[in-house]
Amino acid sequence: MSTPTVTSRPEWINVRILRQDGPGQPSYWQRFRVRYEPEMNVISVLQKIAADPRTAEGKPVAPVAWECNCLEEVCGACTMVINGRVRQSCSALIDRLLEENPHEIELQPMSKFPVVRDLVVDRQRLFRALERVKAWIPVDGYYDMGPGPRQSQAAQEAAYPLSKCMSCGCCLEACPQYSRIELVRWEGETDEQFERRKLAAYDRAFLGAHAISQAILFNSHPTGKNNAAERLEALIGPGGIQLCGNAQNCVAVCPKEIPLTRSIGLAGRQTTIYALKKFFDK
Amino acid sequence: MAQQRVMVVGGGLAGLSAAMKLAELGIDVDLMSLTPVKRSHSVCAQGGINSVNDQTRQEGDSEWKHFDDTVYGGDFLQHQPPVKEMAYWGPRIIDLMDRLGVPFNRTAEGFLDRRRFGGTLYKRTAFAGATTGQQLLYALDEQVRRWKGAGKVRMFEYWDFLGPILDEDGVCCGCVGQDLVTMEIRAFPADAVVLATGGCGLIFGRSTMSMSCTGSAVSRAFQLGARYANGEFIQVHPTAIPGADKLRLMSESARGEGGRVWVPRKPQDPRDPREIPEEERYYFLEERYPKYGNLVPRDIATREIFNICVNEGLSVEKDRMCVYLDLTHIPRKELDRKLGGILEIYEKFQGVDPRTTPMKIFPAVHYSMGGLWVDYERTADGGLKIGSPRNHVTNIPGLYAIGECDYQYHGANRLGANSLLSCIFSGLIVAPGIKNWLAAQKKAASERPASLFDQAVRRQQERHDELLRRAPGGENPYLIHQELGDVMTRSATVVRHNAQLREAIQKVQELYERAKRCSLSDTGNWTNQNVVFTKALLDMFPIALTILEGALARDECRGAHYKPEFAMPELKATDPVERRREAEQWCDRFEENTRRWLKTTIAQWIDNRVVLSYEDVDTSLIPPRPRLYGLVGAEVIEQVWRERQARRGQPAGDGKPAEERRPSQQVVRS
Ligand SMILES: Cc1cc2nc3c(=O)[nH]c(=O)nc-3n(C[C@H](O)[C@H](O)[C@H](O)COP(=O)(O)OP(=O)(O)OC[C@H]3O[C@@H](n4cnc5c(N)ncnc54)[C@H](O)[C@@H]3O)c2cc1C
Ligand code: SF4
Ligand code: SF4
Ligand code: FES
Repeated sequence: MSTPTVTSRPEWINVRILRQDGPGQPSYWQRFRVRYEPEMNVISVLQKIAADPRTAEGKPVAPVAWECNCLEEVCGACTMVINGRVRQSCSALIDRLLEENPHEIELQPMSKFPVVRDLVVDRQRLFRALERVKAWIPVDGYYDMGPGPRQSQAAQEAAYPLSKCMSCGCCLEACPQYSRIELVRWEGETDEQFERRKLAAYDRAFLGAHAISQAILFNSHPTGKNNAAERLEALIGPGGIQLCGNAQNCVAVCPKEIPLTRSIGLAGRQTTIYALKKFFDK
Repeated sequence: MAQQRVMVVGGGLAGLSAAMKLAELGIDVDLMSLTPVKRSHSVCAQGGINSVNDQTRQEGDSEWKHFDDTVYGGDFLQHQPPVKEMAYWGPRIIDLMDRLGVPFNRTAEGFLDRRRFGGTLYKRTAFAGATTGQQLLYALDEQVRRWKGAGKVRMFEYWDFLGPILDEDGVCCGCVGQDLVTMEIRAFPADAVVLATGGCGLIFGRSTMSMSCTGSAVSRAFQLGARYANGEFIQVHPTAIPGADKLRLMSESARGEGGRVWVPRKPQDPRDPREIPEEERYYFLEERYPKYGNLVPRDIATREIFNICVNEGLSVEKDRMCVYLDLTHIPRKELDRKLGGILEIYEKFQGVDPRTTPMKIFPAVHYSMGGLWVDYERTADGGLKIGSPRNHVTNIPGLYAIGECDYQYHGANRLGANSLLSCIFSGLIVAPGIKNWLAAQKKAASERPASLFDQAVRRQQERHDELLRRAPGGENPYLIHQELGDVMTRSATVVRHNAQLREAIQKVQELYERAKRCSLSDTGNWTNQNVVFTKALLDMFPIALTILEGALARDECRGAHYKPEFAMPELKATDPVERRREAEQWCDRFEENTRRWLKTTIAQWIDNRVVLSYEDVDTSLIPPRPRLYGLVGAEVIEQVWRERQARRGQPAGDGKPAEERRPSQQVVRS
């Protein structure tokens, strides 16, 4: 523990939150003051605000909306931009944040996804990308067919880190090639029509580092290999790997330290070979 | 008949395996969950999943032994046929998860690696790094996503289950849900509803569980007539990291690798722990249990840590109970090699390096053995009849419960790494039974009169609107939740006393009345987390009262339920004859207690209060026997017990039949 800060612990923490009441509404900043306690994280600060939602000036306001579940950085729910950096709020310790900036903690929703309310964003596109790259093992079914293919320790050690991706979206927030898509519902459009139009828009846009990495994970599995071609099709299709500018911002922010640039490199190689093969097989 | 559908509520391991299996059987599935299913609480499980395997088999292990360890660990409180069936399915379930791509750790030769967990002598536990639950959940999530793409599964993520819909005959024909974004309330006609909504740790305020583990869904079924069984059995893990928001698990391996538990002899000694000299430290586990030291069994460690803080006032901190778990005497290199992963968790969340500063830990609520009462159909040889619509159905026809929210597999105490198994198992076997249930229906739920569904929606809409309309200035739901958690943690966790339980029941009833007067800080109808939480809080009370009433009524010690007033004595005499006589008495008392208390507690919610009754337990496969681990005089008691059972012609041990039956091929492949 960095003992020096112990003496300078404040009585109050100032928190500045970028709020938005709903989709398409203007955003606005609001300040809150929360009594300091040892061992707080951003979640416990938000819990305190929820229990007593008043601004720093004492004005009662609607509580701030946010998402979380596991509180131990494995579910991926609680992503937000904290002091300008995208990360999980459950593992964002207040003492550390105060070392960065003793005066204030700043919370913003991720900017690459439509805001639902306050710090809650709609990450449907992120999950949709997993469908696009068919991120699953194409087993015949769930009857007992004996064990899976035998695998080496090395193969497990390569797959495991990729398999820890918790769909948090940090890598997408940091990626210069991943830009926000926010559709507005047309007048008279039904739920289904709107949904279809939205998915179509998502399916044309950049997949993102997380999905590229998942494609590689499943392509490297002995059974997953069987439909590698379908995944590679998705990677060379619209919104595919060609959009990646190799800026490597993604890997720098991934809270699970997933070797995304390695996956992207492998995806580049696999798609090149695949495209060549496709060309000559024509 | 119109197309039939099944609604699965909850997308943890149990819900996802049910959804996936139902889809494979050709059934249309709706899947509703508070969170995206990939973010369900099951991701938190670190340790692993149990099954017999080729290696343990050659060391003398068998499905039967896994079955025996499970019922012995659970103090015989579970019906044995479902547990037996689960143990026999264990290897097949691991095989299936392996085929689905779970990156289980491998041996050098490429087989699945295994570790040993508590409550057994065999290395049964398969694991994937330190995130087994996450890896298992992802494999199932991926399969369900595949079915979604194929149009077989519809997802309703960010939806709150508000209750089942029952027809005039009390048959479940759907449920009401609320969209957490738009706050729309609507009915989902369904020909069967499966609850897979996990545990209820939030009733205790903070626990090792996730924020969605409120038990609200189960409570809503309970309040409409579903029975709740063995509520009083709550597992408390000895070592968790107390946090302002959550109590995060600290693996037992920290003690396994030489961690020492202590408190300063001077209450709340303000000095830095590293400055407190050896003789002013109280290594209470080592002093009290010289033989086992810091590695006393889980329940004893839990009780002693609790006792030192609560009764002896020696907690390290004044406002918060905790003791030191000290690894600082072990070389850093060794720690990194053996405990790297878990020490990083501590460091990440506490901002303190446990290699140089003693960790602060305290027991925390971890698992609920109790849950919705569910039925099963037994075969002649004591297994489950796969395909029976009775398997996992609650007392409400058409309403099923699986996973941590049912009560079926763990009796009075769950063994480590058995829960992931029971979740996947129950999800897989509920599906063929539901298929047969659907086949027996004459009418699809969607063909029922609209009024049935409209009425159910209207009732929920009224409840919702009434909450939003409340004038400000009433009670604060978040503060009431804290108070509820405090009362429950104090009275209904590690050590239980009847006087305290009585007091707690009264206090919780008062809190319930106060909670009914909550007013909201958010009265809007868009992503209103305030009203969702308030409803969940209100629904915690019936389950909280069930836990307390069950604990008060049960005057004995069994598994996780410990009442010192009713503890079985240790043997005191040193003279062999006298000691033998004491052992005889001990066994008499044990038998008497078995007759009186080896019963499932059944709770019902009638006229806004808990009504208890008891049901016999099917222990026909393995006769109950005393759990003697760590008890003084265990050898003599064991001796007496064996002789008694021999006289009766009953097995004294695991009751394994001479020629162990293998399940028939038909069962294997179903
Ligand atoms: C820290 C920790 C470590 C553990 N480690 C292990 C281990 O190593 N081995 C082991 O065997 N067990 C372990 N366990 C236990 C095990 O993880 C759980 O028992 C198991 O994951 C429960 O799975 P489930 O499918 O029943 O429910 P969950 O995974 O809890 O899922 C519940 C689902 O229900 C949904 N839901 C809840 N309420 C509602 C509602 N009102 N409306 C709509 N949806 C709702 C949620 O969104 C979620 O999708 C551990 C538990 C903890 C807390
Ligand atoms: S490497 Fe590719 S995916 Fe990663 S941040 Fe850069 S552009 Fe985005
Ligand atoms: S790759 Fe990393 S940053 Fe991206 S979604 Fe997965 S866990 Fe999050
Ligand atoms: S709450 Fe699960 S990652 Fe933060």
